[in-house]
Amino acid sequence: MTTTPPADTVPTAAALALGDDALVLSHRLGEWAGHAPVLEEEVALANIALDLLGQARVLLSMAGDEDELAFLREERAFRNLQLVEQPGGDFAHTIARQLYFSVYQHLLYDRLASGDGPFAPLAGKAVKEAAYHRDHAEQWTLRLGDGTDESHTRMQRAVDALWRFTGEMFQPVEGIDGIDWPGLESAWREAVEYVLGRATLTVPDGPRSGAWRAGAGRQGLHTEPFGRMLAEMQHLHRSHPGATW
Amino acid sequence: MDAAAAPDEDELLAHFDALIAGGETIEPRDWMPDGYRRMLVRQIAQHAHSEIIGMQPEGAWLTRAPSLHRKSVLLAKVQDEAGHGLYLYSAAETLGVDRADLLDALHHGRQRASATFNHPALTWADTGAIAWLTDGAAVINQAPLCRTSYGPYARAMRRVCQEEAFHVRQGYDLMRALCEGTREQKEMAQDAVNRWWLPAVALMFGPPDTEAGGADARTAALGAAVSRRAMAWGIKRHTNDELRQRFVDTCVPQAERLGLTLPDPAIRWNEERGHYDFTPVDWDTYRTALGDDTHWARGRIAHRLAAHEDGAWVREAAVAYAARTDEPAGAAA
Repeated sequence: MTTTPPADTVPTAAALALGDDALVLSHRLGEWAGHAPVLEEEVALANIALDLLGQARVLLSMAGDEDELAFLREERAFRNLQLVEQPGGDFAHTIARQLYFSVYQHLLYDRLASGDGPFAPLAGKAVKEAAYHRDHAEQWTLRLGDGTDESHTRMQRAVDALWRFTGEMFQPVEGIDGIDWPGLESAWREAVEYVLGRATLTVPDGPRSGAWRAGAGRQGLHTEPFGRMLAEMQHLHRSHPGATW
Repeated sequence: MDAAAAPDEDELLAHFDALIAGGETIEPRDWMPDGYRRMLVRQIAQHAHSEIIGMQPEGAWLTRAPSLHRKSVLLAKVQDEAGHGLYLYSAAETLGVDRADLLDALHHGRQRASATFNHPALTWADTGAIAWLTDGAAVINQAPLCRTSYGPYARAMRRVCQEEAFHVRQGYDLMRALCEGTREQKEMAQDAVNRWWLPAVALMFGPPDTEAGGADARTAALGAAVSRRAMAWGIKRHTNDELRQRFVDTCVPQAERLGLTLPDPAIRWNEERGHYDFTPVDWDTYRTALGDDTHWARGRIAHRLAAHEDGAWVREAAVAYAARTDEPAGAAA
């Protein structure tokens, strides 16, 4: 278990931002249980969800009580990216969401791990997991993009649909110092363009960050599916105030 | 091969019997009687199907787990179950069948999963009761299978049993937390045990194979004959009713420690037998619950089939990509 720095040195906003990303994406991946296209993907998606949940628990614990933060905050208090709260859609949407996020998380955690900030210990462990998640998403992007006509069409549609949520990833996160955000963005863009190109997919153009409302998750402004997701996630916990599980 | 040089069936059978008698394992390239092969395919496939269908009642609670700790435990468990399905389909494939055909048989009612999972998981406590009771039953059923005569099955079971035993402990721990919690939590736990006790006792061990187990004379004779055959081949090591008794003997003290009542008024210690007495399984109830036509039985299969059909385009993409790039197709398809 990663050592948790003393609470007063932890930038809470940053712990929540990174923790909420992992928590919410883990939840979305958990929705695939029993629905995956092949048994190997039941294992893989649950595995990734479990890694992300582990990261979320460390990060939320840095900011307070993990269960209070997960189950008793309302939509406006969550700081995750809008990208990770998007519903799974078909398998292509899930893979596109995972590709965009994993490449981002891998690059960001790699930078955090090499620094000496409060997130370095967590990032040092999580960067290995993110590398695996990234590889998984890249392999599936290739298979779907360069598979059949149908899979190509679906993958292109997913890549296009989620593109508008990617700009938000490069807004500086309050409390995380020493990251060259524009540099992170160009590294991300280069990596994603390379994979999409190899997968015979077209890199989407058009609006990204700030072009319209998409991109305000870090400020607690979320998309409509998120409230429904929280209703399901929090219902049982909220029905038994004060209970221990 | 020259037909005249092939060893005759009697010699092969004698060699097979000698391997079984000597406690050696039978391996995929060894000769084996057709009946042995068929019995194993049926049992291993049903076992694999049960892991896959068993993901549904618990998986349905993943998005509602009440704490992050419990959520991660449940995620790990559902992941293990998919993994167990994979080991077991691989073991079955060493007998010359194909995973896709076995899944097809499940989807179209030619093979079954354990009817236990045709019961609905109605509350959070059900995830605990399933892990404690039905996984508990599975461990008792499966522990002897770690020494079953067919090598690939025995080796798969060693990995499966290790993880299953861990699930049972986690299920018990979940129930303990509920029983030490609020009045509502305790009631939730008792209600779940009331609903999952009979499915575990009746359905996880197969039909009674003794009259004492609740079967009439004819049914018991039939069940006993099947069990004897499986035991002679070293596939099974105990009768269904022996394992069922072992399960009851294990659960009663655990329920007492939890402060929960098992929903069977006939349970009491029998000094003479050195076992707990319990109500023999009602064969009619068993058969009704086993029926493939119950609402939940149909729902489980329909859910599984829908996932399979929705995923067809993904599997086709993986195959097409593998063909084009010489990627090993097994990696995805």
